[in-house]
Amino acid sequence: MNLSVKAIRLLAVGVAAAGFVSAASAAEISGAGATFPYPIYAKWADAYKQISGNSLNYQSIGSGGGIKQITANTVTFGASDKPLTPEELDKAGLAQFPTVMGGVVPVVNLEGINPGDLVLDGPTLADIFLGKITKWDDAAIKKLNPSLTLPSQAIAIVHRSDGSGTSFIFTNYLSKMSKEWADSVGSNTAVQWPTGIGAKGNEGVAANVGQTGGSIGYVEYAYAKQNKLTFTKMVNHDGQTVAPTADAFTAAAAGADWGSAKGFYMILTDQPGAQSWPITAATFIMMQRRPTDQAASIEALKFFDWAYANGDQMASDLDYIPMPDSVVKLIHAYWKESIKGSTGTAIYSGSM
Amino acid sequence: MSEAAMPQYSAAPPMDSSRLAAARRFSRKDHFFHRLTQTSALAVLGILVGVMVSLVIGAAPALGTFGFGFLWNESWNPVTGQFGALAPIYGTLLTSAIAMIIAVPIGIGIATFLTELCPPVLRRPVGIAIELLAGVPSIIYGIWGLFVLAPILQTTVQPWLIEIFGSVPVLNSIFAGPPYGIGVLTAGLILAIMVLPFITSVTRDVFDAVPPMLKESAYGLGCTRREVMWKVVLPYARVGVTGGIMLALGRALGETMAVTFVIGNAHRISASILAPGTTISASIANEFTEAVEDIYTSSLISLGLILFIITFIVLALARYMLLRIERKTGG
Repeated sequence: MNLSVKAIRLLAVGVAAAGFVSAASAAEISGAGATFPYPIYAKWADAYKQISGNSLNYQSIGSGGGIKQITANTVTFGASDKPLTPEELDKAGLAQFPTVMGGVVPVVNLEGINPGDLVLDGPTLADIFLGKITKWDDAAIKKLNPSLTLPSQAIAIVHRSDGSGTSFIFTNYLSKMSKEWADSVGSNTAVQWPTGIGAKGNEGVAANVGQTGGSIGYVEYAYAKQNKLTFTKMVNHDGQTVAPTADAFTAAAAGADWGSAKGFYMILTDQPGAQSWPITAATFIMMQRRPTDQAASIEALKFFDWAYANGDQMASDLDYIPMPDSVVKLIHAYWKESIKGSTGTAIYSGSM
Repeated sequence: MSEAAMPQYSAAPPMDSSRLAAARRFSRKDHFFHRLTQTSALAVLGILVGVMVSLVIGAAPALGTFGFGFLWNESWNPVTGQFGALAPIYGTLLTSAIAMIIAVPIGIGIATFLTELCPPVLRRPVGIAIELLAGVPSIIYGIWGLFVLAPILQTTVQPWLIEIFGSVPVLNSIFAGPPYGIGVLTAGLILAIMVLPFITSVTRDVFDAVPPMLKESAYGLGCTRREVMWKVVLPYARVGVTGGIMLALGRALGETMAVTFVIGNAHRISASILAPGTTISASIANEFTEAVEDIYTSSLISLGLILFIITFIVLALARYMLLRIERKTGG
């Protein structure tokens, strides 16, 4: 009797101690938002857990959801493909920094046309999505593709039906390319599409383009590559025809002047540079400037710091473009000056 | 304690006292049972009112901004913050109408076959198959619709419809446009399949409940099978049949996932039923997580409120119709 009581006591102490130890060493970082960077955040989290014991609970609920959740302070960080303007950041008391970059590519379904065969430029793409160009053998498309024989087939347009950072990047690019688009449709995660059908998610767009002859849509590059979709080439800012490749995304990112972008508000569409892919974008993390749970914020910053230092190869493997070291330095400085504790001192300023 | 209670019982006349006690006990239990069921019934009303109130509160900013114009404005523009509910309302009503036009006759037909004409060997398997249709999750219908039904419609049915009605004045605008495969018609077809089991099961059960005497009398008078079904069984069972149809209509009006997959999700009103459209629940499901601005969220909640009211009106109309039929035949 006495012995078993002792054993139970010992066991209870052991369990309590184990609980205490695990609580002390293994924190859980919580975040929510954009679906586009989810694969790389998941991969980073997995590797990070193995070396630090800390796990990441990231819910990919969409960019708008990420902004909502961090504004409501229900997560440690929010993630969005659509950056907030410096004014919006000030109003919500948030800090913002980019993590990785990627590209959006137009995809088509045309008989006899292989990936990279078809060339489009911004104004033509805008006219197609405005419903002004309705046939594939339109003069504007023919002019860009003199060597292709294009069918006299109706163009079926496929866009995202759910709000999406991908849509934001795509409509932002069209707004820069066409005044009519900017005036009548504009850019946002969800817009009033003038024509076409809406499909849910990247996979929905891919499925609809895949089964509808004569269709055109847009998806994240990694998605087009993995599903072997017929992507198009684009004429970029400098008038050069480029294919969507990691090099072309990196080229677009290289010209970006992150240093003078307040709150890292920077949209990388239509960047100059002979090699630049024109529909490139970064994805962002948003955190409270005066976090109520400092310890959790420090853990989150440590995680991203580790990812900047060690995660480049993992990002490249998944067709994302890691942030250049010069930008990471800027991010460290930004953390130091904008994310502060209750005493007004920086809570974490990076290790590099 | 029991020792103290015992002598008291034996002192009173034994039979009467225990009967009285039992009667009291039963009446107490009955009272408790009454209260329990009453509370359950009233809770439904409470929940309904709660839903209504929270919807009205959520919808207030949008309805305050756009007023009644919200109902007949077709524009749905998250960029400029201009929202109107006309396109989703139209899509909701049109897809449900298509579904009912297809599903009601087929459903009643199946029920008739199962109760009157079906060989007994077939009756169980067909009945079970129909009920299994009701158990399939709506997301499965959505995926099936997108990957199997839509391509079939796109390559066979839709081009055919466009061609044969191409020269008919009104029908050529109803069946117009590029064959996307998905669209209002596809959504209506999926809904028809989804609501079919509701109509069939309820109708079969009420047909089964028609007294055999009535039917036999009709046969005895020399009625044909068709006449017995049409003039005896159907009128006798109409309340139950209408109930089944209303249950089905309720599901068709509110169905979300399957419709989202196949309707094309475009906030536009087209004359063509091959064109993409949207419904109230599909719009909410698609856009709620990304609706950052307050007015956007509030507009979506307003859509929810409108769906709530539409469902209410449809059910009230059905009740009213039934009442009139009752009066006409009964009085």
